[in-house]
Amino acid sequence: MGEELNEEYYKAERKTEWRDKLRKEIKAKERTDISRVRMPEADPNVRNKSNLEVNKGLTLEMALSESHRCLDCAVPTCIVGCPVGTNIPKFIKYLEAGDVLGAAEVLKENNSLPAICGRVCPQEIQCEAQCFYVKKLSKEGAAIGHLERFVADYAREHGPTTIPVLAEPNGIKMAVIGSGPAGLTVAGELAKFGYDVTVFEALHDLGGVLKYGIPEFRLPKSIVDYEINTIKNMGVKFITNFIVGKTASIADLKEEGYVAFFIASGAGLPNFMNIPGENYSGIQSANEFLTRVNLMGGGNKDFDTPVHTGKNVVVVGGGNTAMDSVRTAKRMGAERAIIMYRRTMEEMPARAEEIKHAIEEGIEFINLASPIEYFADERGKVNKMRVQKMELGEPDASGRRRPVVIEGSEYDIDVDSVVIAVGVSPNPIIQQSMPELEITKWNTIKVDGNMMTSIPGLFAGGDIVRGGATVILAMGDGRKAASGMHSYVQADVLAKV
Amino acid sequence: MFKIIEKKFLSENVARLVIEAPYIAKSRRAGHFIILRIDKNGERIPLTISDADVEKGTISLIVQRVGVSSHKLCAMNAGDFILDVVGPLGKATHISNVGTVLCAGGGVGVAPLFPIVQAMKLAGNRVITIIAARNKDLVILENEMAEYSDELIVMTDDGSKGTKGLVTQGMEEVILREKVHQAIVIGPAVMMKFAALTTKKYDIPTMASLNTIMVDGTGMCGACRVSVGGKTEFVCVDGPEFDAHKVNFDEMLSRLGAYKDKESENYEEYVKSCEAVSLN
Repeated sequence: MGEELNEEYYKAERKTEWRDKLRKEIKAKERTDISRVRMPEADPNVRNKSNLEVNKGLTLEMALSESHRCLDCAVPTCIVGCPVGTNIPKFIKYLEAGDVLGAAEVLKENNSLPAICGRVCPQEIQCEAQCFYVKKLSKEGAAIGHLERFVADYAREHGPTTIPVLAEPNGIKMAVIGSGPAGLTVAGELAKFGYDVTVFEALHDLGGVLKYGIPEFRLPKSIVDYEINTIKNMGVKFITNFIVGKTASIADLKEEGYVAFFIASGAGLPNFMNIPGENYSGIQSANEFLTRVNLMGGGNKDFDTPVHTGKNVVVVGGGNTAMDSVRTAKRMGAERAIIMYRRTMEEMPARAEEIKHAIEEGIEFINLASPIEYFADERGKVNKMRVQKMELGEPDASGRRRPVVIEGSEYDIDVDSVVIAVGVSPNPIIQQSMPELEITKWNTIKVDGNMMTSIPGLFAGGDIVRGGATVILAMGDGRKAASGMHSYVQADVLAKV
Repeated sequence: MFKIIEKKFLSENVARLVIEAPYIAKSRRAGHFIILRIDKNGERIPLTISDADVEKGTISLIVQRVGVSSHKLCAMNAGDFILDVVGPLGKATHISNVGTVLCAGGGVGVAPLFPIVQAMKLAGNRVITIIAARNKDLVILENEMAEYSDELIVMTDDGSKGTKGLVTQGMEEVILREKVHQAIVIGPAVMMKFAALTTKKYDIPTMASLNTIMVDGTGMCGACRVSVGGKTEFVCVDGPEFDAHKVNFDEMLSRLGAYKDKESENYEEYVKSCEAVSLN
């Protein structure tokens, strides 16, 4: 799924004396006998009442023990599983050799946001799924995500603040639209090439979904800010409160000297189900609920933004956004915080870890059920929802078994707050301001293999191209787009000589 | 940071702020709004751009004291800074020469009506404007409206200025007197609801500019959603202007009350904290 494996390059690295020596220190058999590290977690009954980070991170001893498990394979297939091509064995072997800061430098070669990826990537279907342990030994893979997180956190807490090596500034202006994971990645990569990069962000704070979407208990905001600061230290400029397509157009920015653009405006438009009563007050999108809490401080008495919570909260959906919403509702005092999902636990798109954490925290699950109507009190505030039961039928185009309505199975439950987390669509602001831009029928932007849109010099990536996807896929797009933009601009510059 | 260049009270509880925001001044059209956040613990609130000066790079906002944020804003002065201002947001008003346009504004809704009156007049329409308020002290923008209106009617609930009565009465008088091709109504949801019912009776195309609860103002949350002709629309990106005859005003009214308890609680605390400060 990531970059193609340049086997020669990795083999040459692996042959260095210190890696050779390290491999020989412990026999392969002994390495494979070590059991996988367990991430320490905060007590479910304490953490579900606070914003405490659930995963507490590894100790140095744990991280070293886990680093021994990595066999430093001749063909490191794990790298192929990483959308940004992180040099996994190299960073783990630096760690094993006791050079944690060296390991952190390796992470930065390909990834501007390692402390974030180590926390939110679904490693079990990416790098770790391609690990030798999983593929050949039917054992649990090396805990690559936990180690990435450990190394990034250790470097932040113990190391000097460093930035990657940058090319000489070339004075060429590049614009990045959106400061989410895709935009941040492109900004960091373009800065390494020596470009004069400015990131335009519509909201008042940087980070996109990392700030307004993913809650503090999964991704502390201070860590996001630290990683953004590293990109600032690389010379990237950030302008908040600036909506490209509204505050100024791409044509306006061209006049200001920007030569290439990267659109990373994301898929911020929430989907609703369009069922009766859905606009009663007390029913909100997950984006609204999470934005009020995460970005605006809703629920904290020092902040002015109110947030609607209740005793009986139902979150409709089964993805990570649904899990984030329901666990947030629990933390805001819900007595019953319920996930309602139309398929079974097995089909849930949320990460297995998030589902496990939710269960531990006392979240209720109502599976094979879907709302069909909402009811409200005399003030128009939701107080009841009608639900119908489903069963699984034949697999659909995606291969998942389709939920089929069980006739006559309707029943009502009392609710005082409902959060809709049934997916998002691409934000249409850029497309609306540029009618000549080619888009798909899903309103995503069309791009070629280099992530260039139908307009030369205009690139796009992340959710605006994919629809709602993951942080790491957005970052993979960012890396690809940055090299596409570099080639484009270099060809353009050469053409003018 | 966005500098306040000028502040002036237009009535006891309504202030005009002129703010330095050159990009917004240049891009804005009639009907557009901004979202601002006063300070780092502040909320994001929407306000219509009532005027702009491209040369000076400024925009004007008109704010009525109703809760915590608007009080804080009204307490700010020239030289102070607003932390965040983003815009222009929403779709611009569709301005064309249709003949006679009846513009009706209620309360602080007169402020967002002003740029539309101005644009309608400059597009060559005959513009009849009604501005309505509870009493004479609450009438705002009278001179500005007069400058761009062929006729200006001022109405107050108590008759302390202009004609006594509700805005709908004034509208009906105009409609019975002459041919009106289009109506535009902006004000409290209740006022817009009854104004829309009035023009519907006479089959006059009517546009309302809706003022719902908003958070981001860019279409990412749906807090501002309304039902228009049975379809859910987001006021911040699909509006703020809609066919007034299709808007479900009752639903809009109940959604506007969603945070009423929290808002009054916050407001009481804020007033107490202000009193504590003044006692010191």
